[in-house]
Amino acid sequence: MKKKAFATVMSMALAGGLILGGCSSSDETAKDSSGSSSDKTVVKMMHLWPEGSSNAQFTIVDDIIKAYEEENPDVDIQTEILGNEQYKEKIKVLSASNELPDVGITWAAGYMKPFVDGNMFAPLDDIVEKDKFVAGTLDAFSVEEKPYALPLELNITPVYYNKEIFEKYNLEAPKTYDEFLNVVETLVDNGVTPITLGNKDRWTGSMWYMYLADRIGGPESLNNAINRTGSFEDPALVKAAEEIENLVNMDAFVKGFNGLSNDEAKGYFMNEQAAMYLMATWELPNYTTSPDVDQEFKDKIGYFKFPTYEGGKGDIDSYVGGPGVGLFVSEQSKVKDEAKEFVSYLVDEWGKRSVVDAGVIPATVVDTSAGDLHPMYIDILNDLGNASNLTLYADVQMSAGVADVHLNQIQALFGGQTTPEEFTKTQEEALAAEK
Amino acid sequence: MKTVMSNKFAIALYTLPALLLILVLIYIPIALSGYYGLMDWDGIGEMTFIGLDNYITLIQDKLFWSSTWHSFLLAIFSTASLLLYLAISLVLASKIKGSDLLRKIYLIPMLLSSVAIAQLWMKIFDPTNGMANKLLEFFGVENTPIWLADPKIALYAIFIPIIWQYAGFYILIYYAALKNVPDEVIEAAKIDGASPFQIAYKIKLPLISGVFKVTIMLAVVGSLKYFDLIYVMTGGGPNGASEVMASYMYKEAFKLNNFGYGSAIGFGLLVICLLMTWLTSQLTKSKDDVQF
Repeated sequence: MKKKAFATVMSMALAGGLILGGCSSSDETAKDSSGSSSDKTVVKMMHLWPEGSSNAQFTIVDDIIKAYEEENPDVDIQTEILGNEQYKEKIKVLSASNELPDVGITWAAGYMKPFVDGNMFAPLDDIVEKDKFVAGTLDAFSVEEKPYALPLELNITPVYYNKEIFEKYNLEAPKTYDEFLNVVETLVDNGVTPITLGNKDRWTGSMWYMYLADRIGGPESLNNAINRTGSFEDPALVKAAEEIENLVNMDAFVKGFNGLSNDEAKGYFMNEQAAMYLMATWELPNYTTSPDVDQEFKDKIGYFKFPTYEGGKGDIDSYVGGPGVGLFVSEQSKVKDEAKEFVSYLVDEWGKRSVVDAGVIPATVVDTSAGDLHPMYIDILNDLGNASNLTLYADVQMSAGVADVHLNQIQALFGGQTTPEEFTKTQEEALAAEK
Repeated sequence: MKTVMSNKFAIALYTLPALLLILVLIYIPIALSGYYGLMDWDGIGEMTFIGLDNYITLIQDKLFWSSTWHSFLLAIFSTASLLLYLAISLVLASKIKGSDLLRKIYLIPMLLSSVAIAQLWMKIFDPTNGMANKLLEFFGVENTPIWLADPKIALYAIFIPIIWQYAGFYILIYYAALKNVPDEVIEAAKIDGASPFQIAYKIKLPLISGVFKVTIMLAVVGSLKYFDLIYVMTGGGPNGASEVMASYMYKEAFKLNNFGYGSAIGFGLLVICLLMTWLTSQLTKSKDDVQF
């Protein structure tokens, strides 16, 4: 009898637990957690640098939070950490149910726009100090001149190359596009893969196209096509597509590039199976400071700026690149002031430490004289100082739908499934249809 | 016990948790996604009601129909491969040496997670360093295929690991069913002078036909809503060449911020799955069920 009673109680408890678990709204849980630390103001933050995979960034953020909490004993920063893809998804789900964290990470322009339009992010014009940021980085996070997030990272994209392979075939880092084609041809003739490219991810191929468009037509041609003061059927943009076609026909890119992800393609460069790799400066640690990479390999790697095109309008100091992620404050946040204060503190401290500790170039101006930086970092930071222009990644500038058309067209162009004329026409139509 | 089971209240109480879970996790979301399909919604801001517009777009959407075709191709291939699995299980279930070990070997792919399988096969399909092309080169093939990068063969290349992945599952089902065929019937057939082939074809197969029908259903529906390996290995690319219904739905809803349209695709997927389930059950219906 006892046993039976016990079983009944247990099953009731189980059923009850399920019902309650299913019904308890997240409002309640939020109240609970703030109630537990009664006198402290809780600021919730979500970021995407888990301790395991992005240890350096995790440690910086963790240290900054600890320092901030020490300086402001009445504030309690609670973090939730997810990997990149899960983060993107969770943010979307949370925003749909109006439960964004007080502080979080966002990407620029096209990604951010729906959040701003949906009134999810608070404008940060009251806390931003414009002269602290590298020119152009803040614009990518601004809508109608108001910044809605503060950028943390900045990346430009040089072409990395393997000096040993170049020396073996008496090649030098090319300065003009003709020299570059000559390098490609020599390597192909000798059975070496000239360029590795993971075009399954599509944005990788887009960077090649953007550079050619920039060198041929100058930065305006692509930017104007996207912001609709110009057209995508601009002759320079067609010409750039023809040059891509030409490179593909020369076998300049690694075999099966349309099926390789960026990480797989990177493997070819790291294993010295390919001579060149166009990628953003987030790769720098692999060639300078990362303890996981052989010193011998690191010494072999150099970089050059994307070569100039004869008769083209773009100069060699113009870069494709852009800020990576930025910090937003939720419009719905109940602790907006504290959150904003914390965000500006975090951006400041991050700028001081990110290059040295994590090899991440911050969007704030870096003092290169302080600390002992790897020479490649100093070179890149100096190049950044002399940059004549920074063109934001095309797929980031565009809205999600148009970006998808652009990226699909990039894959088709590289794969030979479309012609340069169709390539530009399809994108012109997609851009025109949006307005 | 009897009194408990005849008590309506007790029955309701005991089935309630499961019922609630199914309602909350399955039926309500289905209804909701049908409802979201009526909206123009980016998944973030305000929803606007647009009636049946999403569903009309869906019917005219070439990409949707090509991804549906890809899903059907997968269904055809996985149903056809059932015959292969059946043949293997027939061999395994007859008393051959080492059948125990072989059975375990066939089962192992099922124990691996989809992502691990995808990573493994991406390495195999790597155009320069992969095992597939190294093997072809060894046999003297010069223009080795680029597998996942070639729009013409990417889809079929992914079918191979998918079919490999599920081999163990179906072999296990068939093996269990075949082991259930009573020995007396087979003994009797042997005494009557039936050959092993006749035993397999005339006795074992009819006796497990019920199980076979169930597996056809599983294969068809499973293929139609298939997602994992395609998402990891090609993401539906290159240029939609390996897009299936589920990956297309995911792309529209989460990558392109068309949550409303994505929901409409999801609802379309559900309707197609229901139709196919009904059709398969009609096609495989037989009047007389064979009994032991």
